[in-house]
Amino acid sequence: MEALRRKTIFATAQTETAYLGWADILILLGIAVAIYAGVQLAASAPLSLARAEIDLSPQVLPYYALRSIGRMAAAYVLSVLFSIVYGYFAARSRSAERVLLPVLDVLQSVPILSFLPVVVLSLTAILPQAIALELAAIVLIFTSQVWNMTYSFYQSLRTLPRELREAASVFRFNWWWRFRRVDLPFASIGLLWNSVMSWAGGWFFLMAAEIFTVGDKDFRLPGVGSYLQEAANANDTTAILYGILTLVLIVVLLDQLLWRPLLVWVQKFKIETVEDDNPPTSWFYELLSRSQIANALNQALIVAPIKALDRRLGRARRFEPAQQEQPLRWTQRLARLLALSLFALIVIALGIQLIELLLSVPLSEYGRILGGTLATALRVLVAMLIATAWTIPLGVLIGSSPRLANFLQPLVQIAASIPATAFFPLIVLVIVSNGISLNVAAVLLMLLGTQWYVLFNVIAGTTAIPKDLRDMTNLLRFKGWNRWRKLILPSLFPYLITGLITASGGAWNASIVAEYAEFGQQTYNVIGLGALISEATAQGDFGLLTAATLTMILVVVIINRYFWRRLYRLAAERYTME
Amino acid sequence: MTTHGQKQLGEVLVELRNVGKSYGRGDKYTEALRGINLTIREGEFVALLGPSGCGKSTLLRIIAGLIAASEGEVLYRGKPLRGVNPNTTIVFQSFALYPWLTVQENVEAALEPLGVPRLERTKRALKLIDHVGLDGFETAYPRELSGGMRQKVGFARAMAVEPELLCLDEPFSALDVLSAESLRGELMELWLGGGIPTKAILMVSHNIEEAVFMADRLVIMDKNPGHIVADLPNTLPHPRRRKEKAFLAMVDQVYGQIVGKTRPEAEELGSAPGEPGLTRALPPASISAISGMLERVNEELTNKIDIYRLADEFVNDYDEILPIIEAAELLGFASVEAGDLSLTPLGQAFAEGSIQARKEIFAARVKRVPMIRWILTMLKAQPEQRLSWDVFIAALSREFPLEVAERQLDTAVDWGRYAELFSYDNSDNAIFIEAEQPALQGARPPEN
Repeated sequence: MEALRRKTIFATAQTETAYLGWADILILLGIAVAIYAGVQLAASAPLSLARAEIDLSPQVLPYYALRSIGRMAAAYVLSVLFSIVYGYFAARSRSAERVLLPVLDVLQSVPILSFLPVVVLSLTAILPQAIALELAAIVLIFTSQVWNMTYSFYQSLRTLPRELREAASVFRFNWWWRFRRVDLPFASIGLLWNSVMSWAGGWFFLMAAEIFTVGDKDFRLPGVGSYLQEAANANDTTAILYGILTLVLIVVLLDQLLWRPLLVWVQKFKIETVEDDNPPTSWFYELLSRSQIANALNQALIVAPIKALDRRLGRARRFEPAQQEQPLRWTQRLARLLALSLFALIVIALGIQLIELLLSVPLSEYGRILGGTLATALRVLVAMLIATAWTIPLGVLIGSSPRLANFLQPLVQIAASIPATAFFPLIVLVIVSNGISLNVAAVLLMLLGTQWYVLFNVIAGTTAIPKDLRDMTNLLRFKGWNRWRKLILPSLFPYLITGLITASGGAWNASIVAEYAEFGQQTYNVIGLGALISEATAQGDFGLLTAATLTMILVVVIINRYFWRRLYRLAAERYTME
Repeated sequence: MTTHGQKQLGEVLVELRNVGKSYGRGDKYTEALRGINLTIREGEFVALLGPSGCGKSTLLRIIAGLIAASEGEVLYRGKPLRGVNPNTTIVFQSFALYPWLTVQENVEAALEPLGVPRLERTKRALKLIDHVGLDGFETAYPRELSGGMRQKVGFARAMAVEPELLCLDEPFSALDVLSAESLRGELMELWLGGGIPTKAILMVSHNIEEAVFMADRLVIMDKNPGHIVADLPNTLPHPRRRKEKAFLAMVDQVYGQIVGKTRPEAEELGSAPGEPGLTRALPPASISAISGMLERVNEELTNKIDIYRLADEFVNDYDEILPIIEAAELLGFASVEAGDLSLTPLGQAFAEGSIQARKEIFAARVKRVPMIRWILTMLKAQPEQRLSWDVFIAALSREFPLEVAERQLDTAVDWGRYAELFSYDNSDNAIFIEAEQPALQGARPPEN
């Protein structure tokens, strides 16, 4: 089942440690310093930035949609390249792995939206504005897409069966053949499923990346996201609906015309040598494979260039020396030492300034950060409880009936790909006009953004319950609550934890957009860490922004290490079916 | 070729001089191979045999150049070997075919890096596929083929690069019995008939009959660390028949070499961890496997059986039966000499005993095993008679690699539980001595 595959594929980075090691602390410090350096650049950005006008007539939507898709695609290409390079480094070198994995782990927990002002302002400081804005949006989307893909690629490289690797050596494949014949095909399924997920995450943040204000600077890029936001500002419900419709259409079209066919095609790279009884299907793929024109295009545009590359890159014959680490020469050592000390000096200098910046934030603000953290934690908790409460019954229902799964699974997948942020203006409008607390809206948005991970995992867990165990439970006549307690809940536990880990990280991140909204000169916000970050962004208060962002990173990492990972370990030890 | 189907020996291909391989440093240091001297000539079919963990596969990979030796010299045609040996190739146990390539693409993939032009590549691949009898399956993906057919692709791919030395890493052990047999026959036909340019074959095997059936030389290894204990020529004429007396005698002889001979009790038991002397690693054998084997031997009127027959009846590969025999020797239930296993009186009593009687006999014997004695002493020294699993692992890993330490402790807990000496608590990973439970004791049915 598709859902089953997701379980192993949608893994978050799980390094062995369940505590904060010195490496983590160093990395956290490094990130803090990087944020600070960005903030410094940001402060020097030009003050007046011309604002692009967003047109609210529906005719412009196709153009806006193309602009948004272009941004997503650019970020995605970057993500793929980054994943491959980073994955190779982490998987091939022991010493690189020791640094790169924890970095990946921490970066996954970083609240992406906090970086938007820093990225935009620092880029506008060095580049023409129009380019800087586009680049900033792309970088932001990139950071929301890339981590799970990188982890997936790394993990594929590490789990490549030893004999397949050895065969590549014995038959003397050079780097190109290895990459094209072995590593990439083996990694492709995981990479593709993660790409689908990454695009969903990318849309979520695209909505926020296309329009925002930092202090008195107002940035906007033409796109679906800015269209929706502008429509909300203008209180134009028709335009909001048009915008949402466009977005849903894009998501559905991409799913049907791009991802589904790719998912069908990529099945040929499956490593299990047994046939799957329920492989994904795609009408469009069928159509393409029967079409002469598509075939000719494929030959001309894809096969031929690859063959050309084969001829260029495949010829160089390299005898793979048996892996032996060469001792470094003293000149190399010296150079490395110098580079390291220079780097350390820069980090220390920036670090000192960072501390000064953090000290300049008044104590009362830290009080607000503390209060906000607690409030946001409570909201995340409520969102997770609600997500668990409704996804378990539905997930079990879908997972235990193949017929229902065939019908509902694609719908659920599409629903999951529609970014919750698109609905936020609508939700806020409805809630505010009815006098309901924004707390409800905040939790609802967190939920919309993250519950899908839980649902997918519950479905996967249900389909993974061995048939024998089901039969035995029936023979023992376990019914009702007893059946849930003895069979279903224990079997679901590891899957549920996997889903909740991803979901809770996402919820913290989503709090930045969920707890604070600006529509039509009105600001709506609740007490929360996310609201503080948004507020600091809007007011251009870099001290508060840095302090609140660091707090969020720290909180998320600590919760992951001390809470989720322990549960995960318990799940892996006690409740796995093996 | 001589009349017997034996090949003439030619020039030396591989020469290993005092080769050793070790991993890690300090506490994590393990020695996989020590002092290996081996020469392989043109025309030879050499089989490497030995118990699990004796480093046969490591040795094969050193010769293929996948792993570098940490000591000694590896020469190929008189020249030191650096990196992957371009004159060899490997046929893998798991086939190692790329599942995303068709049969033909898999074979061609081996030729691509050599820069063979496309037409030539296709021609050669098709010829080889035809050669191994897979004509008509060129466009099939490996997952559509049976295990035997997949391994044929493995052979075709290996032959495509026309290696001088063909390395086989247990190529038949993942196949069903019948496919394995037919594939062995086909390989022998190619090898003896000179249908392939291969000059020598080196095969790692877990199956003694297979090795005697195919190879002209049987190199037998033992573990801790891996070393060569015997190098037997096999001059039986081809085609060899498995039921012939001479064949069985050869199999028996090889078993005798691999299993060795039961030593006096003190030597067999070894010393406890931490004490001077060699700590005997507990063989990973389950109680039910030990009982099953003893019962089988007990069926013989003489209480004695040829080990190869035992292996033949129960398992395909000898490395499955070796730990069970080792355990029976260690517990004093059986002794081994010249490839025969005989029951001791105690072993006979065990085989014939009731469930409870077996437990008592087993408990009495297992207490003499130094490892078990050591665990009991450690537990009794604790006020709660309870110690964490990790403590034992830490102590054991001073003498064994981590993996071996864990496997042994698993076995020890299994044996200790059966003998009701100590137990294991999954919730806090602790080994403990169970407090007497009068209620349970009373409930136990009276014996016999």
